[in-house]
Amino acid sequence: MSGSPSVLGGRHGRIDGAEQVTGAARFADDLSLPRMLHARIVRSPHAHARLVRIDSSKALSLPGVHAVITGRDLPTPYGIIPWTTDEHVFAVERARYVGDAVAAVAAIDEATAARAVAAIEVEYEVLPALLDPEEAARRTDVQIHASKRPGNLTKQVDLAFGDVDAAFAEAPLLLENDYAFHGTTHAAIEPHCALAQVDGDGLLTVWSATQVPHYLHRALASVLGLPARRIRVIQPPVGGGFGGKSEPFDLELASALLALRTGRPVKILYTREEVFLAHRGRHPTRIHARTAFDRDGHLVAHDADLLLDGGAYASFGLVTTYYAGQLTSLPYRLPAYRYRSRRVYTNKPACGPKRGHGAVQPRFAMEVQLDRAAVHLGIDPIELRRKNFIGENTRTVNELRVGSLGLLACLDAVERASGWKERRGRLPRGRGLGVAASAYISGTNYPIYPNEMPQSAVQLCADRSGRVRVFAGTSDIGQGSSTMLATIVAAELGVELADIRVVAADTDLTPVDLGAYSSRITLMAGHAAMDAAREVASMVRRAVAKKWEASPKDVSLAGGLAIDICDPSRTMPLADAFVLAESAFGTLGAVGSYNTPKEGIHGDYRGGTIGATPAFSATAHVAEVTVDEETGDVVVEKIWCAHDCGKALSPLLVEGQIEGSCYMGFGEALMEHHETDAAGRLVAPDLLDYRIPTSLDTPFIASTIVEAPDENGPYGAKEAGEGPLHSSIPAIANAVFDAVGVRIDELPITPEKVLAALDKQREEQHRR
Amino acid sequence: MSEGSDAQPISLTVNGEPVTVLATPSETLLEVLRYRLGLTGSKQGCDKGDCGACTVLVDGRPVLGCLTLATLCDGAEVRTVEGLSTAAGLHRVQAAFVRHGAAQCGFCTPGMLMSAVRFLETREQARAPTREEVAAALSGNLCRCTGYAKILDAVIDAAAELGTRSVPGSNDAEGAR
Ligand code: FES
Ligand code: FES
Repeated sequence: MSGSPSVLGGRHGRIDGAEQVTGAARFADDLSLPRMLHARIVRSPHAHARLVRIDSSKALSLPGVHAVITGRDLPTPYGIIPWTTDEHVFAVERARYVGDAVAAVAAIDEATAARAVAAIEVEYEVLPALLDPEEAARRTDVQIHASKRPGNLTKQVDLAFGDVDAAFAEAPLLLENDYAFHGTTHAAIEPHCALAQVDGDGLLTVWSATQVPHYLHRALASVLGLPARRIRVIQPPVGGGFGGKSEPFDLELASALLALRTGRPVKILYTREEVFLAHRGRHPTRIHARTAFDRDGHLVAHDADLLLDGGAYASFGLVTTYYAGQLTSLPYRLPAYRYRSRRVYTNKPACGPKRGHGAVQPRFAMEVQLDRAAVHLGIDPIELRRKNFIGENTRTVNELRVGSLGLLACLDAVERASGWKERRGRLPRGRGLGVAASAYISGTNYPIYPNEMPQSAVQLCADRSGRVRVFAGTSDIGQGSSTMLATIVAAELGVELADIRVVAADTDLTPVDLGAYSSRITLMAGHAAMDAAREVASMVRRAVAKKWEASPKDVSLAGGLAIDICDPSRTMPLADAFVLAESAFGTLGAVGSYNTPKEGIHGDYRGGTIGATPAFSATAHVAEVTVDEETGDVVVEKIWCAHDCGKALSPLLVEGQIEGSCYMGFGEALMEHHETDAAGRLVAPDLLDYRIPTSLDTPFIASTIVEAPDENGPYGAKEAGEGPLHSSIPAIANAVFDAVGVRIDELPITPEKVLAALDKQREEQHRR
Repeated sequence: MSEGSDAQPISLTVNGEPVTVLATPSETLLEVLRYRLGLTGSKQGCDKGDCGACTVLVDGRPVLGCLTLATLCDGAEVRTVEGLSTAAGLHRVQAAFVRHGAAQCGFCTPGMLMSAVRFLETREQARAPTREEVAAALSGNLCRCTGYAKILDAVIDAAAELGTRSVPGSNDAEGAR
């Protein structure tokens, strides 16, 4: 066998660490080209308005202005989900939220472009705006999208598994509660940015801070009406995504058309306010939950009615509507389950996929329901979760196949680390501990549009110098996918991480990959890299074996050497071994690819494929909070999180994903709120008022890696980037209850809500 | 950043190098560094003073490049992330960031490093810094990826490595001029 076990699972940093800390890493806005123009986008000041007239003549007459484009120039609709292509680069007939793009101007510099934006005259006829999802669902007289179903629905899903009503009729404990999850946004520190250039041969190149170069490539071709082979998409290092850069945006398509029109490179950099407007963040979701338990605390049935506030466009919403129901069916055994999930359009920035996509909101409701049940039944909440664990190698009630699931080990880890047994129930009033748990997908079983290509592919090539190149379409957005690929290749070939170059996310140079979403890359591209590397290793071993007159299986590749297993004193530097292999085979390279298993993964019903994944991760959280009963302030003292990622290929990076997820969930639970005022304008379109946690706000996060290897993961590996977020929020809410005995079922947990709940609690105690 | 007629030459010392560069009255130090001098290490995350990605040291003090008018820096000494490492290698705090996995996407990293350098150079050297002290020193730099955990680990580690042998203001590690 080949391989350096110390690389897989070793505490190495990122392969591009030095680039990052020296400022050498070149993000999209760090690129500039000779004769480059800067463009800005004109945006609607109204939440809902008909475009009457656009007059760009004044803008075009300004010195330094090169082009203006409007909806008329780009009539083809687009959208990430092929069945809901309801967006235009610029509003064609109607603007549907404050911030909807109306036109763009290219000029010699940002200041001139900004002046030109102000000089464009747009006449609007203001239409009634729908801002409340309940109202939007009721109203049939105002249709945000004319062709869509009445009541402004993007999508409605009604699914039932097992006999829910019979279970409810007999259950000794039935809990019925309303929950509200608020809107939150990704707020990556890098604003979206795109740069487009047309070269002398007419090839359009677009550099973009995107998580999905492949889908962007397709959208550019269809909206611009160009053959895809005349377009190249390059994703430079991306300064954070979290789902906020995972579909095509106006700036990519607009900069491309402006480059085609002007013959000069064109860059568009979003202002921070535009990032908040582009949004695609967490759907505000209202959940009516009914959950039944038996006397021992076993779940017997769950029924959820969910209303998702989708904003002005569909984005991933069709899928989100399903996710809001599909993934509630684990990690607990649920004998009967029913949900109705509806997503409605409103005249607000579009919601989409934010870390944990659609499943985070219902997880909050479910985990608080479990906590309530534990209190009712006098069962320890961790014990209650253990009792309900769905098990491994099983199926959920909605027929999702579950392989490995290290939930029990996660619960054990946080119970131990937090001192749960010794401390819970013994803390003074005002201090509390709360627990929650969850499971999440490692990639989706099916791509966004139907196709038979592999979901991930890798080309590997090694040369006589001893260096190795990995070509992969994967998008490193900070999660470390390039390091993951290098780690696998290093392990299989015995080369140093420093001797591997990963060339990623360039549609001209790299094979297909669907992008950085739904936590898919480690499992999928990891597999592809492993297969390619094993093939190259086999070629090297065969070539060396021939020279040594030994058997290939007796040649090991490790530590920069080829080693004769039968006589370890006989070695050869890998560079020499690569020369032998190149001589023997003409070139030293191989390909690997991955597609998901299709048999027995999901149920055969409409929507049954959503939630299906090759492998599920599992997570448990304990949060400790202090509640100040005078001010209503909630301070999270510490978060313990244990996450089962199957196998940690790079533990330092996995810990980073756990810590980042806990941090993001903490911010959502207590601080952040993406909301609009009565006119549909964002209340907090900047990083001061939209309060993402600083280093002083953020609690100490103690992460534990749990490894329940999955047969579908490379080396057993599963996801780590999104799963650890889900249960962080209910763990905090449950800790608040443990501290002061009040439930805040409407997020975020603000001092006002805590004080109001405490007042109510006092009143009730008084009455008794 | 157009070289309009209102652009004036200003003199700066940037990472030890004297430079003369044009700047208009409305141009920020960040724009001059990024777009006129090609020092794109310093980042723009918000352009309004909220995120800290543009943090650089001007005459030893951390400033937000996006809120600092370039012309007001005439004659100043400016340090950016590009000035931290030398041919001999990374600055200790840079090396600690790599070792600890303190950068994920790396976009906040340059500004974060400059705040960390300032902290390490001016803190009370006689004892190791507490986690709270480091968190306070970096609280003007937002990071959306890491939860700050590994960033704090890295700075504490770099402080321990610097030890007590240096005196405030002159304990620049290799290359921090
Ligand atoms: S860019 Fe200067 S503080 Fe954000
Ligand atoms: S590492 Fe991404 S913002 Fe800090």
